[in-house]
Amino acid sequence: MATLSPFLSKTPLSNTPTISFSSSISTPLKWKSITSFSPSGSSSSRSRRRIFIVQSKIREIFMPALSSTMTEGKIVSWIKSEGDVLSKGESVVVVESDKADMDVETFYDGILAAIVVPEGESAPVGAAIGILAETEAEVAQAKAKAASAGAAAPASHPVTSTPVPAVSPPEPKKVAESAPSGPRKTVATPYAKKLLKQHKVDINSVVGTGPFGRITPEDVEKAAGIAPSKSVAPSAAPAALPKPAPAAAPAAPLLPGSTVVPFTTMQAAVSKNMIESLSVPTFRVGYPIITDALDALYEKVKPKGVTMTALLAKAAAMALVQHPVVNASCKDGKSFTYNANINIAVAVAINGGLITPVLQDADKLDLYLLSQKWKELVEKARSKQLQPHEYNSGTFTLSNLGMFGVDRFDAILPPGQGAIMAVGASKPTVVADADGFFGVKSKMLVNVTADHRIIYGADLAAFLQTFSKIVENPESLTL
Amino acid sequence: MHYSAAFSQAATSATAVPTISGSRHVGALHSSSSSCTLLIPSKPINLRFCGLRREAFGFSPSAFTRCSNSQRVQLPSRRRFKGSNVSASLGDNGIPKSFDYDLIIIGAGVGGHGAALHAVEKGLKTAIIEGDVVGGTCVNRGCVPSKALLAVSGRMRELQSEHHMKALGLQVHAAGYDRQGVADHANNLATKIRNNLTNSMKALGVDILTGVGTILGPQKVKFGTDNIVTAKDIIIATGSVPFVPKGIEVDGKTVITSDHALKLEFVPDWIAIVGSGYIGLEFSDVYTALGSEVTFIEALDQLMPGFDPEIGKLAQRVLVNPRKIDYHTGVFATKITPAKDGKPVTIELIDAKTKEPKDTLEVDAALIATGRAPFTNGLGLENINVVTQRGFVPVDERMRVTDANGNLVPHLYCIGDANGKMMLAHAASAQGISVVEQVTGRDHVLNHLSIPAACFTHPEISMVGLTEPQAREKAEKEGFEVSVAKTSFKANTKALAENEGEGLAKLIYRPDNGEILGVHIFGLHAADLIHEASNAIALGTRIQDIKFAVHAHPTLSEVLDELFKAAKVKDHASNPVSEPVAV
Repeated sequence: MATLSPFLSKTPLSNTPTISFSSSISTPLKWKSITSFSPSGSSSSRSRRRIFIVQSKIREIFMPALSSTMTEGKIVSWIKSEGDVLSKGESVVVVESDKADMDVETFYDGILAAIVVPEGESAPVGAAIGILAETEAEVAQAKAKAASAGAAAPASHPVTSTPVPAVSPPEPKKVAESAPSGPRKTVATPYAKKLLKQHKVDINSVVGTGPFGRITPEDVEKAAGIAPSKSVAPSAAPAALPKPAPAAAPAAPLLPGSTVVPFTTMQAAVSKNMIESLSVPTFRVGYPIITDALDALYEKVKPKGVTMTALLAKAAAMALVQHPVVNASCKDGKSFTYNANINIAVAVAINGGLITPVLQDADKLDLYLLSQKWKELVEKARSKQLQPHEYNSGTFTLSNLGMFGVDRFDAILPPGQGAIMAVGASKPTVVADADGFFGVKSKMLVNVTADHRIIYGADLAAFLQTFSKIVENPESLTL
Repeated sequence: MHYSAAFSQAATSATAVPTISGSRHVGALHSSSSSCTLLIPSKPINLRFCGLRREAFGFSPSAFTRCSNSQRVQLPSRRRFKGSNVSASLGDNGIPKSFDYDLIIIGAGVGGHGAALHAVEKGLKTAIIEGDVVGGTCVNRGCVPSKALLAVSGRMRELQSEHHMKALGLQVHAAGYDRQGVADHANNLATKIRNNLTNSMKALGVDILTGVGTILGPQKVKFGTDNIVTAKDIIIATGSVPFVPKGIEVDGKTVITSDHALKLEFVPDWIAIVGSGYIGLEFSDVYTALGSEVTFIEALDQLMPGFDPEIGKLAQRVLVNPRKIDYHTGVFATKITPAKDGKPVTIELIDAKTKEPKDTLEVDAALIATGRAPFTNGLGLENINVVTQRGFVPVDERMRVTDANGNLVPHLYCIGDANGKMMLAHAASAQGISVVEQVTGRDHVLNHLSIPAACFTHPEISMVGLTEPQAREKAEKEGFEVSVAKTSFKANTKALAENEGEGLAKLIYRPDNGEILGVHIFGLHAADLIHEASNAIALGTRIQDIKFAVHAHPTLSEVLDELFKAAKVKDHASNPVSEPVAV
């Protein structure tokens, strides 16, 4: 049993009387403690120590936060009873958190004047559970105050900024348990009840869609505004189990002679990502780009080991610097997540699978370093030695099928990213320039798929314009 | 050929033993197996027995081990029998009376099986009567098939725990299961163990008599319709059946007992489990791992009554609270109606104290796990003037049956669930062995406080001896001091390597003399860990001695090592000449 640091906190100085429990005690005490203080003239060292907190001769013992996840605690037992004299460091009360029972000790000497939350009951973290008086003289007063405030005691407490912990924890439990006993039963499954409590959803606001109209965990999640997709993953397997048919049975019967080959791990991951991508509303914008200048540059730098992939990644990264929203992502459907780094993931086909090694900080590295980095990544991908951060840290993806002669295609946006660029082959094309002269130029079509929750048409258009300018005037790439 | 080698070995190991005159043995094989035959008191049985022993050796090497080992232990009794050529069926008071058997056991469950094996070892001509299938509840409808289900649930739970897997660096996608496959695993296991049990008895020469056994009078039993056999001693080992309280309608489909649940015919979305003891807890582990939600209904104010409160609390924190389980405590289920006509299973609850209606639950299924009732009907106890108490056969501490007047019924014993002393398979077996010891002339009282118990949830719970409140009560009465030592699995290397640091071991002991009063473990493989403590209690080993025993590192057993070392035994108590406690 671990001993936790004390949670006796001094009652705050409150000049403006509020309805808060602590202030109702501390305000009247202000004068009281001062008067009782001077004549008694107790040990001088103590009085010096206390000089700043004169008014807090009566202290509240608060429900401590014993773990990062603890929101409420149950009083297992009071080691001390009312009237006991406590000395600094002594264990006063045993508190049960969601994880363990722990002794809570006091930092202060004093007398346990009143127990506000009795054994077996719970209180939210930060609520007063007991009152500590410094001297006998204050005990009665503290007691009276505690008693009068007793009912409301756990209600409001000065430390937590939220004035709502009024909902003392045992209450919701009771509600959940006794809820079905109402006039017309509302039935919720055990896990649904847990979720109701966890997400603080009122049971009456949830419409049950389960068997016999009962409230299922999915109903609660829906009511709480949580995408049920999260719960689908873990519960899908068991949920499908009672009726194994739907999940397992393929819609169409197998044709004779066909074989079924299960996915490899990589293929299963791709499949999972692809299904997940369906939940994102995407749109696509295409753009033609003249690549003669880029091709010329490529011929020049090729002997130095620069690859077309590196050139394109660098160009995309430079364009992204100017259009940070295209490098952003939407994690929760409610906000933009702007990424600090520009990490270009490049799709690579590998042994019947697909992986996206990531060129991190592609905007900051020069072309040669980038090319070298890319070679390393491809080598690692081949030998299956890519570390997770080397394939899942991308903020923007590049997919190039140009080498196969594909002139245009359209990519699926990987979950967690804002946009992906599909690059087609650069082909000689007859183009007319502004003056009406025809000429043959190499033209490449790029097509960007983006998450429309955060990236709008104009954003993509502007980004593509920048990108095409960089590609058509590629000198900046080598800088 | 295999067994002849084994025999010669046995013969060598028996060289120090005075040989029995060769004339009693037929053929070389028999004389070479003298180490076995020495155990056997009489000539006729001797001959018959040896012949069967041959099969036994061929059947399994362990049978051989048992034989040679027991030979070593049994030196004194052998000497006693050596000179006597009288038949084993020697009656009381020296009046020779011919019995069909030395020992008849009614009921071939784990208790009966344990007794039969030990009886054979002691040279008794033994028969076992079984009206149903060999193996009883444990093998067919209890511990054994449930372990198969729990093995599945443990793995499912692990594979579904993304957090756990990630912490180990594993990636698993979509763990799923095939219900029928799981059910088959449980069924196959039961069949296999049942066959092993049957074969081991057959191989040792135990007669398996099929039919319901009824006691007709002293030393006389009927089995089947009209077969009557006599025996010098009789052991009742008829076991128990699931207890279903009044008002509960079991249809075997939506309202079920453990008998049905073990067949795993369906996995309901939501199941209420009435009773939160071992059976209820284990099933909650199985069902939640397979995707069900569970509601516990417990008559007492606390879940898991019977466990040490501290262990129960921790177990609740790990096995109940984070899972898809809720509970109603302090309530009785007065009426449970199976699902029919498109209606769900309904459960009416009343307050356990005020008896006022409290709630009605609607669930998909209900499992009745309210304990077990002795199976003693039709046993013919009225023929010998024995009256059961709530169905249990009354016995004394030596498992001797007492009649309506409180007098001992000679030659009649009752072991296992039927006497209700400790309703555990291994306790039944231990009681059976104790009885056999007694009928073969060695007084023996089983120390029930040394019998461990385990609940095979994930993680497991195990215990032996007293709980802390029990120990404190006893200490109060007898005026001694009680101390408690605890260790956590979090400090154990092996547990942490498995990423299963959740757990606690608790030792309740007397600081004045170092006696172990109880040990309770909640954590990884707790059921396997408890035996060090139960053996210590059985043998009377004190903490100040056992703390010097060495444990391999890193193993889970170090949790107990730490525990013994954490205990503070007063100095003056150290190293008394430890006298084994009567067991």
